[in-house]
Amino acid sequence: MQTKEMRQLQLLAAKARLGAIIGTFNAKSGHPGGSLSAADIMTYLYFKEMNVDPADPAMDNRDRFVLSKGHCCPSLYAILALKGFFAWDELTKLRHVGAMLQGHPDMKGTPGIDMSTGSLGQGVSAACGMALAGKCDNKDYRVYAVLGDGECEEGQVWEAAMFAAHNKLDNLVIVVDQNGLQIDGPVSEVCGIEPLDKKFESFGFNVIKIDGHNFDDIEAAFEKAKTTKGMPTAILAKTVKGKGVSFMEDQVDWHGKGPNKDEYEKATNELEAQIAELEGEC
Amino acid sequence: MANIVTKATRESFGEALCELAKENDKIVVLDADLAGATKTSIFKKAFPERFFDCGIAEGNMISISAGLAACGKIPVAASFAMFATGRAYEQIRNSVGYPHLNVKIAGSHAGISTGEDGATHQCLEDVALMRTIPGMTVLCPADHYEMMAATKAAIELEGPVYIRLGRLAIDSFNDPDTYEFELGKGITLSEGDDITVIATGLVVNEARKAVEELKAEGKSVRLINIHTIKPIDRDIIIKAAKETGRIITIEEHNVIGGLGDAVCDVVTSECPVPVRKVGVYDRYGYSGPAWELLEAFGLTANGIKKVILEELAK
Repeated sequence: MQTKEMRQLQLLAAKARLGAIIGTFNAKSGHPGGSLSAADIMTYLYFKEMNVDPADPAMDNRDRFVLSKGHCCPSLYAILALKGFFAWDELTKLRHVGAMLQGHPDMKGTPGIDMSTGSLGQGVSAACGMALAGKCDNKDYRVYAVLGDGECEEGQVWEAAMFAAHNKLDNLVIVVDQNGLQIDGPVSEVCGIEPLDKKFESFGFNVIKIDGHNFDDIEAAFEKAKTTKGMPTAILAKTVKGKGVSFMEDQVDWHGKGPNKDEYEKATNELEAQIAELEGEC
Repeated sequence: MANIVTKATRESFGEALCELAKENDKIVVLDADLAGATKTSIFKKAFPERFFDCGIAEGNMISISAGLAACGKIPVAASFAMFATGRAYEQIRNSVGYPHLNVKIAGSHAGISTGEDGATHQCLEDVALMRTIPGMTVLCPADHYEMMAATKAAIELEGPVYIRLGRLAIDSFNDPDTYEFELGKGITLSEGDDITVIATGLVVNEARKAVEELKAEGKSVRLINIHTIKPIDRDIIIKAAKETGRIITIEEHNVIGGLGDAVCDVVTSECPVPVRKVGVYDRYGYSGPAWELLEAFGLTANGIKKVILEELAK
């Protein structure tokens, strides 16, 4: 990837992170940690990979995205706003009574959301259904799902994995945001999921391991997924929970709470500095 | 009556799906390793490219159905009622109900008439569970002809539907030449002024036999068949409460959360009258031949007649 393009994606991802902080601060709740860890992957999907049109969110042959780890929607909402699906100001009303942006994604109320999620494990199955529908109708759209590493403790993820491989859903890419932390602590201590690569391989997936914050890695993985036929792809993305905000990085505590005023100012100062620097480089 | 068909409603359902699929290419069917039992095998044979076996993974099947529906398909997901609505309840609530997706859920082997398999497979809670899902239509057809019509209506309705199927072969009682199915509308099978019997599913025909006998003995008993438990026909229930002053509900389901409670919801707010709920009284079933179990639980014509006489004597 050329430097200019990478800087542009990094800039968008930094803005997405800022949006996630604005949202969770105004909501006085929400899930900043995982929103920040998945921000680069989702930014790449919406600004480089996926065929979507904000002017026609229900476009028939659009690529589909399912945020199976639905609680990390604050950064997804910011990305959708940056993409033009709705106004940026909606982020300040996140989780408020009557707001468009719900605590977890609502496909009926929010333009650009392809599936309502929030209950872990279900989104990846729904993504299988979408990919299957595409196969049935000989359509060439692709389906992307992002799930958490803690989410891989849900049995339904593996039911879906079996189904995807059995039905040769090569139009399906699932990305595991491996930030290593879940509510009760490190995934390895709560109920370890490793070796995740061998698990997905044995379930019949094309497995690609990447640094989930490196756009060259991300691009290479999605390109390889497109050329892989006859089997679904699982991208295992190593990430840092809370990425981009120094005091949130790698901290279990930042799984599910909104920043207070001081924390909000510190976080936005950091992100705005990153944005200013990247804007200078773009 | 002419044209009596003796057939399990699961089989009628499978046949109806095939008929409908000929005209509607959006219909796809999913099962969880029970196609032979739910009778989606009939569809599988006719439309193999539109049938997907999810294996023994009911929750996954429901969420996959949600994804299919989100892409314009009309998925019909079938399993035993116990697993379709019990194991996959939360998937139905969150993946299907919350986004109001166009998924049809078929629960076979509902009620104690499942028979020898016993308590683990005799689902007595499916109607209660599905009634709690906002926007869910809940259907419980009573014979072959009603099941054929209800399946068609379920497919034509945009939105989630639960349809209850039975394992046991039963005689039809509706006349195909005159039968009309209207979603959400009860059917008065017998007029009467002294008491109203409201039944659903397999036990409607048993109630019909009981009421016929009582009529021959000079009693005036109204009989209403409720094939759509949600949204329920409030008008027909309120009218019956006002005109007969006493109601008996009959269902092959736990008396908690089923037809009886749905009827009580209506009468308590609109026209309070005594309601006796006949069904399975907050307990599990057990193994045995279906008709012997129905007899033991008081859900055959004999038991129903006895209850009606008791209530008429009050």
